Amino acid sequence: MNIYETKGRIFNIQRFSIHDGPGIRTIVFFKGCYMRCAWCCNPESQSYEIETMIEDGKAKTVGKDVTVGELMPEILADQTYYRRSGGGVTLSGGEILGQADFARDLLCACKEAGLHTAVESTANAPFEAIEKILPYLDLYLMDIKHMDSAKHKEFTTAGNERILENAKRIAKSGVELIIRTPVVPGFNDTAAEIKAISKFASTLKGVKEHHLLPYHRLGQDKYDGLGRKYSLKCIEPPPKEKMEYLLSVAEESGLKCQIGG
Amino acid sequence: MENIKFVIEKSARIEKLINALYAKMPEIEAERGVLVTESYKQTEALPIMLRRSAAFAHILENIPIVIRENELIVGSATKAPRGCQVFPEYSYEWLEAEFDTVATRAADPFYISENTKSALKQAYPYWKGKTCSDLAKSNMAPAAYEAFVTHGMFTPGNYFYNGIGHVNVNYEKVLRLGYRGIMAEAQAALDKLDVSCPEYVRRHNFLTAVIESCEAVVLYARRYAKLAREMAKKETDETRKAELEQIATNCLHVPEHPATSFYEACQSFWFIQLLLQVESSGHSISPGRFDQYMYPYYKKDMEAGKITKEQAQELIDCIWVKLNDINKVRDAGSADGFAGYGMFQNLIVGGQDVHGMDATNDLSYMCLEASMHVPLPQPSISIRVWNGSPESLLIKAAALTRLGTGLPAYYNDEIIIPSIMARGVTLEDARDYCIIGCVEPQKGGKTDGWHDAAFFNMCRPLELVFSRGVDKGVQIGPDTGDVTQMQTFEEVFEAYKTQQAYFIKLLVNANNAIDTAHATRCPLPFQSCMVEDCIGRGKALQEGGAIYNFTGPQGFGIANNTDGLLAIKQLVFDEKKVTMSEFKAAMDANFGYGVQGAAAERITSEIACKLAEQGIEITDAVIRAIYEEVTMANGIDETKKARYREIKRLIEETCPKYGNDIYEVDMFARAVANSYTKEVEKYKNPRKGVFQAGLYPVSANVPLGGQTGATPDGRLAFTPLADGIGPASGRDVKGPTATANSVAKLEQGVASNGTLLNQKFHPSALAGMSGLSKFVALIRSYFDQKGMHVQFNVVTRETLLDAQQNPEKYKTLVVRVAGYSALFTTLSRSLQDDIINRTEQGF
Repeated sequence: MNIYETKGRIFNIQRFSIHDGPGIRTIVFFKGCYMRCAWCCNPESQSYEIETMIEDGKAKTVGKDVTVGELMPEILADQTYYRRSGGGVTLSGGEILGQADFARDLLCACKEAGLHTAVESTANAPFEAIEKILPYLDLYLMDIKHMDSAKHKEFTTAGNERILENAKRIAKSGVELIIRTPVVPGFNDTAAEIKAISKFASTLKGVKEHHLLPYHRLGQDKYDGLGRKYSLKCIEPPPKEKMEYLLSVAEESGLKCQIGG
Repeated sequence: MENIKFVIEKSARIEKLINALYAKMPEIEAERGVLVTESYKQTEALPIMLRRSAAFAHILENIPIVIRENELIVGSATKAPRGCQVFPEYSYEWLEAEFDTVATRAADPFYISENTKSALKQAYPYWKGKTCSDLAKSNMAPAAYEAFVTHGMFTPGNYFYNGIGHVNVNYEKVLRLGYRGIMAEAQAALDKLDVSCPEYVRRHNFLTAVIESCEAVVLYARRYAKLAREMAKKETDETRKAELEQIATNCLHVPEHPATSFYEACQSFWFIQLLLQVESSGHSISPGRFDQYMYPYYKKDMEAGKITKEQAQELIDCIWVKLNDINKVRDAGSADGFAGYGMFQNLIVGGQDVHGMDATNDLSYMCLEASMHVPLPQPSISIRVWNGSPESLLIKAAALTRLGTGLPAYYNDEIIIPSIMARGVTLEDARDYCIIGCVEPQKGGKTDGWHDAAFFNMCRPLELVFSRGVDKGVQIGPDTGDVTQMQTFEEVFEAYKTQQAYFIKLLVNANNAIDTAHATRCPLPFQSCMVEDCIGRGKALQEGGAIYNFTGPQGFGIANNTDGLLAIKQLVFDEKKVTMSEFKAAMDANFGYGVQGAAAERITSEIACKLAEQGIEITDAVIRAIYEEVTMANGIDETKKARYREIKRLIEETCPKYGNDIYEVDMFARAVANSYTKEVEKYKNPRKGVFQAGLYPVSANVPLGGQTGATPDGRLAFTPLADGIGPASGRDVKGPTATANSVAKLEQGVASNGTLLNQKFHPSALAGMSGLSKFVALIRSYFDQKGMHVQFNVVTRETLLDAQQNPEKYKTLVVRVAGYSALFTTLSRSLQDDIINRTEQGF
């Protein structure tokens, strides 16, 4: 089948993104996720179903089915910016591996157009799904949220065994891999927890960078808009000093570390 | 800050100079007005050219001079800092009428003392009927005058009331030859003049006036030398004494003679810049490529070890402060349009040289550094960008942008050079362009650009399509037929173009009438001697002495007309959801919403006056009732009101909007823009030049929006129109790349008098080195797509809201208005709101 006819379900396209991968990028957000992280700032990404969300008092349909061919013109509209800035396309979600065939064909079309490609994914999927996208991928931005599987499960609804195993295999494949950790107070914001992740990341073949992403509350209103409860209501974003301290802890691993993407 | 070139510490002197400059409100001073009147009374028997030079000499001989504390570069037009002189030979009635309100008005207030008022009241009667403005009025065709004054279809008010300015003179030549050298050139031309030449009288008068004007400038500088020497004698502080003695030495040598050091070049530059603004009231006297013509002096001193980088930087910083010492009072209406005490002294760095090589040098960086040290509106600093621009210069510029003063403005060599070449400028000259005033490109030292010739509100001709050419009950435009009977969208668009073409014709008449008046009553021999080929032709700039001559009136309202016409197309013709009669009725009724703000007050008082004329007693209760009806739209039947509001909702929610990178929409915006630019370029001016359009409103989109009824894009009556060539406020929702892609689809090269795109950014977008690099990439990408100009406001909404509430805390908060930067707290409330509401590009 022609890759341009492959259909997938997305819920947003964000142009001029400057925080998810190098340069100026366009992000395509896939709908549907395997996990339910308590702090998730895109709750509308979690269900694969097309939903209605109230935004600014108005009902808005979240999610639409599109083909690769339909997406490409909007992605290509900013190719001058990618070229000048060393940017490109990032697929995010949701979990893009939930629609691995669509991700593969979209990445393939982007490569055919000469664009730099990246995905944001937690790699919690059978490795066969990951194998599909690797040939068309320049950069894997992978989330590792916690080294303790029980705590991982408590906050994200899934254990971390498969994630850690996949991390090793992705590293071996030779695709550039950057490890990212959302720093969430009460979940993983101690020196020991961050240190453990950074240490693991440093053992992965070829991994040079570890990014710490401070928790934020910008998605909170969306829970109300979806008629859902936000369980982390009383948590404050980590203060700057705390992030800088955790950064120094992470740096002990010898990796290049930074706050923010 | 890592990797940013030329970070040089700011000297303590600069902060002191800035604080002294902003210690009090600007003041109007009478001396120039009195002196020019005295001189004119004595020279009635002379030809105008010699009367001009005699007046200039009389002023320079007698106007008070002052050296301010801590200054290294001297020369001030007024005793008080940031004061202004007046120019009654251009016009005066408006100022006389505002004597009692000018200190308290909303935009750009000036203090005026009782002594100044009485001195000017004595001078003014002489000028009755003799001003440039009086002649311009009588030169104009009655229809053009009415369209301008009574109906506000366009406003050439700037040049109708004031000098032209808008010039970049040949600074390089004055630094190199001194005025003595220029006098010698004029003398040689005089000596060569054939007595049988039919132009003999005119040329002879002009060249004589040049020599007299230059001589006056030399004597003026000597007055400063004398003052500095006297002050040095009295000075007890040894350091300052030495500084004053150096100032005295400088002023004895320049600008009379060639500059021999960087310091002398700086002082010479300043006398040129200052005195151009004493000769005439024209603003936008633009220093242009300062980093180019000053560089040889800097290089020579650096190589000889005569100066350090820190010393050179301090001198540049001093010039930057001085550029804010010059001021101008405008009538209240114009002050709204040019809000923020704008002087528009545009100074540009970087870009290509005449050979097409990159011209960036140390001074390019140091000029940007100076704008960081002196975070004030002047100079309007700009940067030329091309494929060969060093990344480090653009990173430095981005770091300046990040400070939030709206500076610098970015210009694209790759489109401007071919664009002005298409107007007849040679390749070498085009590569050497600079920017005048807000955004107008020209080859400096050879051009009389008459940029900024008028504001043309493109929404008004569209309004007249609905009224069949009638405004305020008078048939002022062509009858283009009953809009409700039109069968196709094309008919509507054609009617718009017909209305617009008619008013462009009247605009041309008005501009040419004013142009002729300036040549007749206010030729400027001093300014002219520094623009080629005035001396060679024996003609003032105003008489067509320049090599390149243009007239550039600027249109605006593209976004409103694009969105509005497309809404008509979709709702009336394609979907047939609204009839044209309903559409028209909805607009007439302001879409069922009342009128708010100042417009509501104005309409209320108009209605009250009419009722009073009919003999009805006007009580507070009556006024309140009228006001309520105006603001709440109570007079409209509820069913109709609901329908009109529904039409507005349909326009807003279902019709496509310019600025979102939608090909068909953007291409239609291009057609709208071309309907103006390609009509304007058909005409010629009296200086044997052509008209060329600009597309930018300065800040007139706010006051002129205040005179424009509801528009078919759903914009309510009397609210601001879209700014520059950008989308209407808040309607671009896809981020800065989509906005820039849309705007880049306009045929900007045809608007060779300049285009303007304002973008607003949150400071977080420029955080760190990576933020700066991505920002530079964004600019380069817009320019890859043939964008001509872009500028940025980087300041948070919260900061602006706080500044509105607590202006005293933000006395020096500078924001980009439109083509220039201004102090936020001096802007009128409505303009402040407009800036706050301009889309903030989020991430």
